[in-house]
Amino acid sequence: MSDTQTPEKADASASDATAGKHKNPVSYGALAVGFFMILVFAGIVGLVAASFFDAVPEITWPSFLVESDTAVRKLGLMVFVVLLFVGVMALLLFMVDSRKRVPNWTVAIAFVGPALAALLLGLIWPGISTLIQSFYGRSPWYDPERSEFVGMANFSTLFTTPEFQVVLRNTLIWVILVPLVAVGLGLLYAVLIDRTRGEAISKGLIFLPMAISLVGASIIWRFVYEYRAPARPQIGLLNQLLVWLGLEPYQFILNVPWNTTFLIVVMVWIQTGFAMTIISAAIKAIPDDIVEAARLDGVSGLRMFRYVTIPSIRPALLVVWVTITMTTLKVFDIVRTMTGGNFQTSVVANEFYTQSFRQFDFGLGAALAVLLFVIVIPVVVYQVRQLRISEEIR
Amino acid sequence: MTTSNPGIPVEPSVEQKRPSGPRKLTKAEIRASEAKTRLTSPWATGIAIIMAILWTIPTFGLLITSIRPQASIQQSGWWTWFTNPEFTLQNYETVLTGSSTAFGTYFVNTLVITIPAVVIPITIALLAAYAFAWIEFRGRDLLFVAVFALQIVPLQVTLIPLLSIYVDVGLAGSFWTVWLSHSIFALPLAIFMFHNFMKDIPRSLVEAARVDGAGHVRIFFRVLLPLLVPAVAAFTVFQFLWVWNDLLVALTFAGGTPNVAPLTVRLAELSGSRGQDWHLLSAGAFVALIVPVLIFLFGQRYFVRGLLAGGVKG
Repeated sequence: MSDTQTPEKADASASDATAGKHKNPVSYGALAVGFFMILVFAGIVGLVAASFFDAVPEITWPSFLVESDTAVRKLGLMVFVVLLFVGVMALLLFMVDSRKRVPNWTVAIAFVGPALAALLLGLIWPGISTLIQSFYGRSPWYDPERSEFVGMANFSTLFTTPEFQVVLRNTLIWVILVPLVAVGLGLLYAVLIDRTRGEAISKGLIFLPMAISLVGASIIWRFVYEYRAPARPQIGLLNQLLVWLGLEPYQFILNVPWNTTFLIVVMVWIQTGFAMTIISAAIKAIPDDIVEAARLDGVSGLRMFRYVTIPSIRPALLVVWVTITMTTLKVFDIVRTMTGGNFQTSVVANEFYTQSFRQFDFGLGAALAVLLFVIVIPVVVYQVRQLRISEEIR
Repeated sequence: MTTSNPGIPVEPSVEQKRPSGPRKLTKAEIRASEAKTRLTSPWATGIAIIMAILWTIPTFGLLITSIRPQASIQQSGWWTWFTNPEFTLQNYETVLTGSSTAFGTYFVNTLVITIPAVVIPITIALLAAYAFAWIEFRGRDLLFVAVFALQIVPLQVTLIPLLSIYVDVGLAGSFWTVWLSHSIFALPLAIFMFHNFMKDIPRSLVEAARVDGAGHVRIFFRVLLPLLVPAVAAFTVFQFLWVWNDLLVALTFAGGTPNVAPLTVRLAELSGSRGQDWHLLSAGAFVALIVPVLIFLFGQRYFVRGLLAGGVKG
């Protein structure tokens, strides 16, 4: 692989120090890009530091950049941003793409730099900050006057207070039930409709909820669960069914302990389509000769499913399972929209929001966020290991 | 896991056309006959149909509700619509233009949030993925693994520190907070997906262009980008649905102001404050979901491909 832009340059390992001595002059544009990106990084580090010491100078942005009170202004700003952004990136690339000699590091930094800068600012630093905050009290940890170090107190609160124990228990129920039911139903449906007439449409019907926002889905299901006093006509489908069967209408969303289950139904409704799609593709990818060989041996029906289909799609099942588990762990919209976390339905992700932005207890909020992170890690490690094993087999 | 056609048409080869003896069935034919046997099982068909109906009815019920007059919605269930059909667009009109709901304004906000939040991360990620795949520099693999690993960082971990930075630089409550946040959160997954696609492009293609004297930029635009269109389409559908449907990021950074807040925030708010006004909620929900559903229907092929390429975001 060539180290620089110019083919005639033979010494691939030339350092920047020797660059000047080379006959072919270095592209100043490319160098400028390199230094510009370094400045950007320095700027971000500086910004984080300044924010840390509460010393960011007051910046007055031009009003058209930050104010958006009319539709025209909003749309204008949107076009401006897209153009500005594409323009800046194009300029960076244009300056790197020179006929002259370009040091390799400037090319690399022009291509990777923006992404790394963004990740540093938006994921890495915030992650570290939240981790530290989880060991502090209610106030921001970098506020020297009010912050107090509390050690593991936030975490012990989470695990010992009854109200948080309910939250943890609910999260556990979600994380076990949603993948189990969604993968089960997705597998069932994928097998049932495999190679039938109108397969695309049957799939689309189950898959469509994936396109609907969790907020929208919550409203759709709240309407299904809608409760009216027994004397009045029911407008929610489920309660009408109960009435038709001669039963009393039931407060699906309010009545502990089953209400959590009814929220879980919404998530299953959404995730089954995802499970079905991946599983269906995996079923179709089973090599024909395996199926054929099994048929010749007289295997069919359930035994085919048990001894041929399931083992063949094991990796897909695993991926689906892990993915749904991780999505479920962070579920927030459904709980917030349907119950607001009341009636003992809260989960960790919702409680994080409540503690951080309603109670303004940053320490507890951070601890909940860190908890989410910590629970995810073993799941991911397991998945990566399993995938590596299955790749080795392949 | 790869996408593959269900019945890969096997070309009938010469020896199979020989008239001697019973013709060996092609794989496609075997599968077809298998499909026939499947279809005849009434149980399987029945269960599949029941599931399809169960999955459709909730949305359908709300759709019917959204076109019924307000008074009827409160007095009877939507299923009575079949015996007593009524039609009105009044609910949609109220929801879109009514001063207390103003979904029209929020619709514009959602649009203004979504488009840059799709374009920006795709551009940045394409460049980074190219570098990780085709530019050699020290520490590249380590860096790539680090970016890949960032995928598992839950959004929740980043929200408050990010918010405090936005407040410090005076951007709080503007579209910039939502654009930047969505763009950043999308990067690890986008880079990972694009990198996978780029690695699949034959090395010889890139080498050939290099021998012809093309620099990285030219290789990127002329050789790789045209081949990456499906990957970009997949991620576009993905990110579009994600941003359009997001609640958490918008709620944290945009708050509830009509200047910035998107539809999802408004809808969630409406569900809390006017939870019994089903004429508003039903119409509002459909205003919010019509665009993603259309995008989804048209981009389903790409969306599925993205899912299969491991594109799942948390």
